[in-house]
Amino acid sequence: MSIIEVKKLDLFYGNFQALKDITLNIEQQKITALIGPSGCGKSTFLRSLNRMNDLIEDVHIKGIVNINGGNIYGPGTDLLALRKKVGMVFQRPNPFPLSIKDNVLYGLKVHGILDRAITEQKLHWSLESVHLWNEVKDKLEDNALTLSGEQQQRLCIARLAAMEPEILLMDEPCSALDPISTSKIEDLMHELKKQYTIIIVTHNMQQAARVSDYTGYFLLGDLVEFGETSQIFTNPKDNRTEDYLTGRFG
Amino acid sequence: MQRHFDEELADLSKEVLRMGSLTEESIFKSVEALKARSVEQANQVITEDKKIDEMELAIDEKCLDLLALHQPMAIDLRFITMTMKICTDLERIADLAVDIAQRGLEIAGKPQLKPLIDIPKLATLAQSMVKDAIDAFVHKDVELAKKVILRDPEADNLRNLVQSELINDYIAKDSSTAPRAVALLLVARHLERICDHTTNIAEDVIYMVEGKVVKHHLETLES
Repeated sequence: MSIIEVKKLDLFYGNFQALKDITLNIEQQKITALIGPSGCGKSTFLRSLNRMNDLIEDVHIKGIVNINGGNIYGPGTDLLALRKKVGMVFQRPNPFPLSIKDNVLYGLKVHGILDRAITEQKLHWSLESVHLWNEVKDKLEDNALTLSGEQQQRLCIARLAAMEPEILLMDEPCSALDPISTSKIEDLMHELKKQYTIIIVTHNMQQAARVSDYTGYFLLGDLVEFGETSQIFTNPKDNRTEDYLTGRFG
Repeated sequence: MQRHFDEELADLSKEVLRMGSLTEESIFKSVEALKARSVEQANQVITEDKKIDEMELAIDEKCLDLLALHQPMAIDLRFITMTMKICTDLERIADLAVDIAQRGLEIAGKPQLKPLIDIPKLATLAQSMVKDAIDAFVHKDVELAKKVILRDPEADNLRNLVQSELINDYIAKDSSTAPRAVALLLVARHLERICDHTTNIAEDVIYMVEGKVVKHHLETLES
């Protein structure tokens, strides 16, 4: 079942068209990978799914992005609620310079949830969901910046999990991590997809092949090909996808 | 842009071509040995099979290296995985040539049962199918691969002809001919199996080039 339906999405930075007539559906509780050379529009597309592009000057957008049936670009969209529902994990882990506990509970505080019973339960559940609880349960008051890069990235995911989002956007979440840490995050993604819909932008094609159910190939703002990951990586239909995957281009 | 990887793939392709030529030669020699009733030629086929076995191992190893080191995708992935399968079929074909040589050895010292007519025809067909299948692989020629597949029934027909002649005209009439007739019957069976393995190769070539599975779905060949 599709949780996101994108229809004829165009995005311009000033006069430059970064996304051209993008139409695709994202399946619920699946991992969708977006691949393509630098500057092809994949991160721009990712950011358009929780209106993060609104923060950039001189951006204008045409088209429809329906999430659970409602157009997020329609009038009256509550951006805070949207970003709670559609969380984002960035390339570099970005914990706040606060304690591990305060990092996880930050979003709850912003939303005015202060009840101790609820916050304690959320703290435990969120850290457990990213397999960080056992590692940090005795140092919850320590500064989050004392954690390793991979633990910090898992903490950032726990911070999102506390808000109970439906969709996780991941923009190259492992590019700053070593292979072992990358593998841990990938294993975590497989577990997280039981609960969330995940969309990941990655330059690492092996990672896209390993973790995703669906893959989209972007080139110069076009979505060249979209399909099941096994089909895209073994038997792409478009020559441009084939050239990119085999390293003849890009 | 020419990739360094392309050179490695081209080398691999040449290795398969070499293995294909040797295999083709083995079929030819095994049937020549049978026709000439030559123990020496038959033994040569058996000895030379070792070279083909070694080539299979070397190509497999090369494929595994390329898979591990380059983590290929799309056409490259299909090319390498199909190369591994094609080598297995070529090695089996060469083993069948050895089987033919062994049948030759069994009847070499015995009086000739009959002049061989259909078996050499079947051998020529098998040899040319192997050649075309390997050419189709090297040149990524789907049309040629399809032609190979469509010739397989011809092999079945020839095998049936040989079989009914040997059973009806020899074994049924004179049971003392059975050992020699059964040997020839097995030769026809080995040749027909060679054509089956060749058909597998041609099917793998189509998958390699087009990503289309025709194995077990021959009705899709025309589309």
